[in-house]
Amino acid sequence: MHWQIDLFILTLVIVCALAAINVRDLLGAAVLFGAYSFLMCLLWAIMGAVDVAFTEASVGAGVSTVFFVAAVFQTTRRSKD
Amino acid sequence: MKRIGLIVVILCGAVLLYATRDFPAWGDPASPASTHVSPHYIEHALQETEVPNLVTAVLADYRSYDTMFETLVIFGAGVACFLLLRSFGARRREGWYVRHIPTGVVIHFRKRPRIPHSRFFERLDTEWVPHDLIIMTICRILLPFIQLFSLYVVAHGDFSPGGGFQGGVMFGASLVLMAISFDLRTALSRVGERILALLAFLGVVLYGGIGVLCMLLGGEFLDYSELAKILPVHAEEARALGMIGVEVGVGIAVTAVMAVIYVNIASAGRHDEGL
Repeated sequence: MHWQIDLFILTLVIVCALAAINVRDLLGAAVLFGAYSFLMCLLWAIMGAVDVAFTEASVGAGVSTVFFVAAVFQTTRRSKD
Repeated sequence: MKRIGLIVVILCGAVLLYATRDFPAWGDPASPASTHVSPHYIEHALQETEVPNLVTAVLADYRSYDTMFETLVIFGAGVACFLLLRSFGARRREGWYVRHIPTGVVIHFRKRPRIPHSRFFERLDTEWVPHDLIIMTICRILLPFIQLFSLYVVAHGDFSPGGGFQGGVMFGASLVLMAISFDLRTALSRVGERILALLAFLGVVLYGGIGVLCMLLGGEFLDYSELAKILPVHAEEARALGMIGVEVGVGIAVTAVMAVIYVNIASAGRHDEGL
């Protein structure tokens, strides 16, 4: 059962990463990056690194997403790339 | 150009994936990382430091020199953000908006108005006016619980996952939530820029100060067992108390730096209005 959960979350991580790179809407990219961080946090928790998971949840999924959103708010929402 | 980049990335990824075959298996007790000092930490940390959480014992005691410079890196990030973004010039703007609260009428001023300090008028941001009663009320209810929990995370870092860094980030996030749900000026009027800068500095100084105090008491830098000479505890408990002390320092510094970074990014360094 362990590796099935692992595989499922890893697949979602890759999907989130690719989507965050490809999406045109920068706000959407920021939110996807937050989802990516949260899935990584689940992976750390599965591996037993609870402290790292806690840090990832608070820093990666929480504060850095807010920083990205604040940065997007100051620039444009559309990516020209 | 994009296609060349893709090829390079795929090649690098393939090389890295190929290299992972040489890694030791996950949780392998014979792997190089687990044979050097790890057994000593795992077997003796509880007797030597009286801290049940091994991660905290390693981070804040055995490897506290690393953690001190991590705190310094966070402090540096805050200072860099301040120096890059902070601007003291006035924003070029088309006007000021003031809302008369009982009627909900918004008045637009060409020049900076003198708003009377009353409960009937409030200044509005020009770009972002999220004054939603439900959001404001819910955040007002939630904020004390978030802050209390973050203090718990800092204080309980010796026994459970967490510690100064996570607790500090959560406390900083509660300040950010206040800035988002009300507005930036409300948050800054509670915790001003100077107080934030002072707190960031104080956190780092607290960490370094405990280290220097250990030196003054005759030990080595950050050797908390020397604190037993001035505290009514024995050497092992002094190490646990020293760890709590440095965790509090890390927490204060991280809280302040998170708030500084957010405020500077959200308002483009002008601290008047923003997300």
